[in-house]
Amino acid sequence: MARTDALQGSLDLLVLKILSRRPRLHGYAIMAAIANTSGEVLRAEEGSLYPALYRMEEAGWIRAEWIRKETGRRTRVYELTAAGKKQLGAEESRWQSVSLAINRVLREA
Amino acid sequence: MSWWSRISNAMQGERLNREIDEELQAHVEEAIASGRDPREAHRAFGPTLRAREASHSVRAAGWLESLLADLRFGWRQLGRNKVTSAAALLSLALGIGSCVGVFRLIDALLWRPLPISGSSRLYLLSRKITGLYGKPAEDNYWATPDFDLMRHAVRSQADLIAISDADRTDITWSTDDDMEKASVVYVSGSMFPLFGLQPSLGRLLTPADDRGPGASPYAVLSWDCWNHRFGRDPHVLGRSLHIGNQDFEIIGVGPRDFTGTEKGTATDLFLPLNTSSLAPHDSVTWHHTFLMLKPGVNPATALEPLRQHLAAVSHAFEAGCSTCVRGMTRAEIARYLDKKLVFHRAGAGISDLQKDYRRSLGILGLLAALVLLIACANVASMMTAQAAARAQEMALRVSIGAGRRRLVQLILCQSALLAVLASILGAFFAAWSAPFVLSRVNSPDNPVRLSLPADWRVLLFGFGLILLVVLLLGLLPALRASAVRPVAALKGGEDPHSPRRLMHGAIALQVAFCFLVLFLSSLFVASFRRLENRPLGFSTDRLLLLETVAGQGQLPVVWNQTAEGLRAVPGVESVAISGWPLLGRIRINSDISINGAPPGPTPAFYLNISPDWLSTMKIPLVSGRDFSPHDSSPGAAIVNETFVRTFFPGQDPIGHTFAPVGYPYQPGAHQPLDKIVGVIPDIPYHGLREPSRAVYYIPFNQIDDQSAPGVVGFATFTVHTDVQNPLALATTLRQFIAQRHNGLRVSNVTTQLDLVRDQTIRERLLAMLAAFFAAIALLIAGIGLYAVLSYGVLQRRREIGIRMAIGSPRAGIVRLVTLDVFLMIALGGSVGVALGFGASRYVESLFYQVKATDVDMIAFPTFALLLTALVATLPAVLRALRTDPTEILRAE
Repeated sequence: MARTDALQGSLDLLVLKILSRRPRLHGYAIMAAIANTSGEVLRAEEGSLYPALYRMEEAGWIRAEWIRKETGRRTRVYELTAAGKKQLGAEESRWQSVSLAINRVLREA
Repeated sequence: MSWWSRISNAMQGERLNREIDEELQAHVEEAIASGRDPREAHRAFGPTLRAREASHSVRAAGWLESLLADLRFGWRQLGRNKVTSAAALLSLALGIGSCVGVFRLIDALLWRPLPISGSSRLYLLSRKITGLYGKPAEDNYWATPDFDLMRHAVRSQADLIAISDADRTDITWSTDDDMEKASVVYVSGSMFPLFGLQPSLGRLLTPADDRGPGASPYAVLSWDCWNHRFGRDPHVLGRSLHIGNQDFEIIGVGPRDFTGTEKGTATDLFLPLNTSSLAPHDSVTWHHTFLMLKPGVNPATALEPLRQHLAAVSHAFEAGCSTCVRGMTRAEIARYLDKKLVFHRAGAGISDLQKDYRRSLGILGLLAALVLLIACANVASMMTAQAAARAQEMALRVSIGAGRRRLVQLILCQSALLAVLASILGAFFAAWSAPFVLSRVNSPDNPVRLSLPADWRVLLFGFGLILLVVLLLGLLPALRASAVRPVAALKGGEDPHSPRRLMHGAIALQVAFCFLVLFLSSLFVASFRRLENRPLGFSTDRLLLLETVAGQGQLPVVWNQTAEGLRAVPGVESVAISGWPLLGRIRINSDISINGAPPGPTPAFYLNISPDWLSTMKIPLVSGRDFSPHDSSPGAAIVNETFVRTFFPGQDPIGHTFAPVGYPYQPGAHQPLDKIVGVIPDIPYHGLREPSRAVYYIPFNQIDDQSAPGVVGFATFTVHTDVQNPLALATTLRQFIAQRHNGLRVSNVTTQLDLVRDQTIRERLLAMLAAFFAAIALLIAGIGLYAVLSYGVLQRRREIGIRMAIGSPRAGIVRLVTLDVFLMIALGGSVGVALGFGASRYVESLFYQVKATDVDMIAFPTFALLLTALVATLPAVLRALRTDPTEILRAE
């Protein structure tokens, strides 16, 4: 499953990035956004998305709220907190340095 | 925030699961709504159960959830065995409550620092001396001139503070008529500033107030006195009050929580040291001296040089004090000056109450702790039995993968639940018992005031106690249960004796502690009974005592006329006068010179009495006669039998003379002689516990050198009434004396019976509480014994049935069931005897005419224990004997 392996360790980064652009998304929309923007290359495993969301919520990076949809059902939407913005910055720069390093290794080898 | 949400989620696990399910459900629906195939969407999502589990563990605190589950389980376990649980809970609650109650008393009286700043730097100056009858003693009292010299000598390294004992003094607050008792303390002006105390009103005393009697006639009220006597009236400042012939002006009110340095006594009034008439005298030692180190001084290095410096200064003062050593022989002076100055930590205050009750409270603490230990042993063996019954359950849990830590947690949870529930009950008991015990120490003449706050110190102690109890209760059963070997247990063949061994150990422990409690309490009860039933030699029946003062003193004839007047009051049968009551707080002794020889080493105590005092007190004469109205002092004396044995051994003392010599003795000086006219038996003079002392009685009518009558400043009317409760006449008689306007005023009313009772307050309290603890200990131990034996019989039903089937006699069955337990009782009992002897040596000073080695002191606890053991084992033995072998064998 190359697709999920590519996501290893970077799911947090992707979720935070998506939420920074478009606040108040529910879980499915986050997953769909990751798939769409990556051109269907990156796909979060649907079952493991929620534990990750809850972990980030407990860490205080995102916050959740129940809203009622037009259909009358409730859905839980997420948005970024101030701590989450900071975390996003840190994760982005970490990702940049890692991918830079990997690229360098690919070029040199 | 996130911790809180995890904890609250753990509390509401079901709701959390519903929420997670709802969100996961919404996800799949969203997927379907966006056009995906429902089956594919479900498959892509994976197993919802696993997603829910993973989500749940992220959002809820897992350790808390398992803890809650264990607590719920423990609660159900407790509910399943309602009777045993209630017994365990109650016994633990009594144990914990008693421990906390005693701790509150000990802490408040002995350990809690005074509410002052720098209490850890406060020391008391004392000196070791050779006391009366050659015994080593400590003298805490100092003369003010000596204090001034010492204070000056060390003022660069430390501050000295003088504080007198709180003295119940007659005070007139405004007009001449309303005289009241208030406790008065004389302090040096440095006390308030050094203690860092701030006034609630006005100002406090300062070093400038040390000037002298005329210069600073100022008084500071304690907050307590201001509150209860003046209702916190702010206009109290500037009001005057009178003590004797001195006037004082109230200048301020002390801080709220400061009641003086004497623990157990609430000071009402602080007066400047030098306003006391005792202050100017070189030879009068009357106040305590405290030393306060300067902040930042290391006591380890600073104290010893200070001690030597102070000792040298004080020694020089006393050696040079002519009035202190006047008339002493060279050897006597050497003995007088041979003292060693010592420091005692005084941060927790000092008081007689501490001295009197230190050991008693220690004993109460020991008894309470023993009761708690007995209760713990009891509950632990109960839990062992339960755990043994659950051995299969434990084995199952282990074999399906439960961590052993989880099992220990399960059992510790149950014991924690017990301990916490018991300590809640115990807290109520402690809240009630500590003030109750304190109120028992109280006597109207000597009120005890001690604040018993339930603050962090008590809470900390309580939490520590709970922790200890949890460990004592749960640790052993928990380790045992977790060490279970699943294979053996599930096969039903685990060593059946191992839980019983543990329980037998608990029995031995319980019996040992129980014996100790019983032994000590029988000693205390016997002491109290012997003290209470000790023959007094006088009657206390219907005797009212009017302690009366006459400001400047009045001639004996005025006192006699007042007594005559009292006799005419309806309800009064007879009236006599004595200098002070027997068994009161006053005792005065003097050296005795026979035939002009220098006095011997034994002093004699005295009391001045009017004619008929002996008959009013119903004291018989051994020989000779009572005083007549014509006798006066000096001139005639009545002595007790110890006096005769000491000073006139083997002689008929009637007609002999002796001379009480004023201290110091002057050889060759004319000493007025007293001629012995009568002899009476020994009667307790100052204390019920002290051995008989030589006492002589002199006539109330006193004459001076020129045969002119001397004035009497205070005396006690001993009134024999014809009413059952003599205090009913108190108000009438008090008013009667006041209305005569002859300068006499009643300052205190009491009964002779109360004075006798006050002598046994401590013994009564100890006996009562020790008996209480003994009863509890016996009860708990009995329940424990019963439970262990019943469990044993239940466990060995098969064995008993088989033995019966193959013809074992009934005696054999009884022996089988009880032998181990009685061996344990014997073992525990002998350990208890050894502990008892050890402990009793520590408290010997509290006993009265009993010894730990008295046969009946050992016999009673042994008998009580055996009786309890018999009663407790009987049901189990009967059940064993009623075992029906056929039924057992059929069940197999």
